[in-house]
Amino acid sequence: MPEIQNFTLNFGPQHPAAHGVLRLILEMDGEVILRADPHIGLLHRATEKLVETKPYNHSIGYMDRLDYVSMMCNEHGYVLAIEKLLGISPPIRAQYIRVMFDEITRILNHLMWLGAHGLDVGAMSMFLYCFREREDLMDCYEAVSGTRMHATYYRPGGVYRDLPDEMPKYLKSNYRSDKDLKKLNYNREGSLLDFIESFTEKFPSCIDEYETLLTDNRIWKQRTVNIGIVTPERAKNLGFTGPMLRGSGIAWDLRKSQPYEVYDRIDFDIPIGTNGDCYDRYLVRVEELRQSNKIIKQCIAWLKDNPGPVISDNRKVAPPQRGEMKDDMESLIHHFKVFTEGYSVPEGETYAAIEHPKGEFGVYIISDGANKPYRVKIRAPGFSHLAAMNEMVQGHMLSDVVAVIGTQDIVFGEIDR
Amino acid sequence: MSSELQSYIEKNYGSIFTPIPTGKGHPTYECEINHYLEVCELLKNDPNFDFDTLIDLCGIDYLHYGLDEWSSELASKEGFSRGASRLDENLNLERNTKLKPRSRFAVQLQLLSVSKNHRLSLKVYLNDDESIPTIKHIWTSVDWFEREAFDLFGIIFIGHEDLRRILTDYGFSGHPFRKDFPVSGYSEVRYDPQQGRVVYEPVSIEPRVQIPKTIRDDSRYESGSGGD
Repeated sequence: MPEIQNFTLNFGPQHPAAHGVLRLILEMDGEVILRADPHIGLLHRATEKLVETKPYNHSIGYMDRLDYVSMMCNEHGYVLAIEKLLGISPPIRAQYIRVMFDEITRILNHLMWLGAHGLDVGAMSMFLYCFREREDLMDCYEAVSGTRMHATYYRPGGVYRDLPDEMPKYLKSNYRSDKDLKKLNYNREGSLLDFIESFTEKFPSCIDEYETLLTDNRIWKQRTVNIGIVTPERAKNLGFTGPMLRGSGIAWDLRKSQPYEVYDRIDFDIPIGTNGDCYDRYLVRVEELRQSNKIIKQCIAWLKDNPGPVISDNRKVAPPQRGEMKDDMESLIHHFKVFTEGYSVPEGETYAAIEHPKGEFGVYIISDGANKPYRVKIRAPGFSHLAAMNEMVQGHMLSDVVAVIGTQDIVFGEIDR
Repeated sequence: MSSELQSYIEKNYGSIFTPIPTGKGHPTYECEINHYLEVCELLKNDPNFDFDTLIDLCGIDYLHYGLDEWSSELASKEGFSRGASRLDENLNLERNTKLKPRSRFAVQLQLLSVSKNHRLSLKVYLNDDESIPTIKHIWTSVDWFEREAFDLFGIIFIGHEDLRRILTDYGFSGHPFRKDFPVSGYSEVRYDPQQGRVVYEPVSIEPRVQIPKTIRDDSRYESGSGGD
């Protein structure tokens, strides 16, 4: 009989299931994987080095481009670290706005994940369903910041501006009838908060729709149950955080255990899995969608009743209002200094972490007292998760690799930085 | 919670952990490189620490710490652009900072205990020619972080069996996050129609600084009471 040898298979970087530019070198014994060696760095842009060459505020936009499906959460980690070094805290209304947009971002991220994971494993319609709801949330981003994705909305000391009183509407066009236009604009008559509120009312039934398609689906279960099992001990040792850790049955969530902003005033639950397989992680993330919806509702109720400032009045960090600049020399100087040289952050080093939709997103900043950070290290949750790829897929079949990539919620913007 | 941890360290391990005064937030310590392995094992296994998760390991290059990008002492008469001189021309400037880095490189760990809900960060200074033992046998998650620190800073982790480059290109030379590595790099690529392939060339752009790094002694934030 001839000797049978293992062979090496190259997966990606242009594979549609590789979620961007993942290149995997798989050592196979027939259909079974013996070793997986992920090659990353194809999207490396040296974000950290670029941040070190610019004043603090200039780099908020870079954060959006890390994990480009959960933009505002990245900004939040960076802004929080600067605020920790400066020793300032944003006004309470800004904190509620941040919490609300963090949760909107979490829904955005989980919808993207659910759609892509479904698509990878074979449930094509999921992608279309998820993007239908994502569109509404993108409109919220646009209403508040002017862009659909790279918002640059969070600033040290608060958020850039207050929530708009008017939600932008679809315009009359030759391609749609008045009746259709009315239908499109039915929940856009009021403020942004009214629009988000109408979204939160309809969203639970959308989640029910996703669940009808997947949760008891025989094929979905065959592809995810008992695939990529991680025990709680291994999950901790491998540096897992977020849904990857909770899927293994550890009730750990920074929003509960080390609350930042106003999470300690908000009522929500932490879902956990039992087996630590892909299916459990799916259930955890779907439940997180429901919990995020609940958090957004509480934030809307508070924000509607409590107007107030949304950015710190510390003029050394936050620019003054337009109106003030018209007749106040001091304000004009502050505006000029904030936007050119920036502000000097006192010498020190700090690590600030937030519960990002993918896990713990942390920013470690060293300041030597200058207007630019001396060293910035971005701790991306996906980096640790992908490092565990080898351990998770060993002994599985080739097609399970796709399920594991999906369950890890890989986005290369944050892994390669 | 953190103060409990701090007093525990002071009481029992005061000789090997030195607190870093500039650390803000959770406890920040440094240790000697020859105690590094022992300290990591302690942090993992001592039930009072119980650091079960290594969140992050990063390299730091302290070469330009506390130095302005441009020195502008003469600028008052002549205008900024004529009075200013680039940093590389006078590297022997005095550092005017509280933290005086003992050597050029450092490795910083961010540790988290999920069971005890506390954090700690640990710094180890390294000289140019020094290398540091790997801690992969203690926390598996450090594997890629050590590869990253090697790739970007050239820090060698002794005992790491797979210390390949991770983020930079195949065949890249140099360690790009070192402070003496220019942001624009050394080589650029373009497609050459004559040769019918992508060619590597030395960079054609001058590195420039648009907004100079200026260190201002800002006493307002020292008390931590700025803002509202």
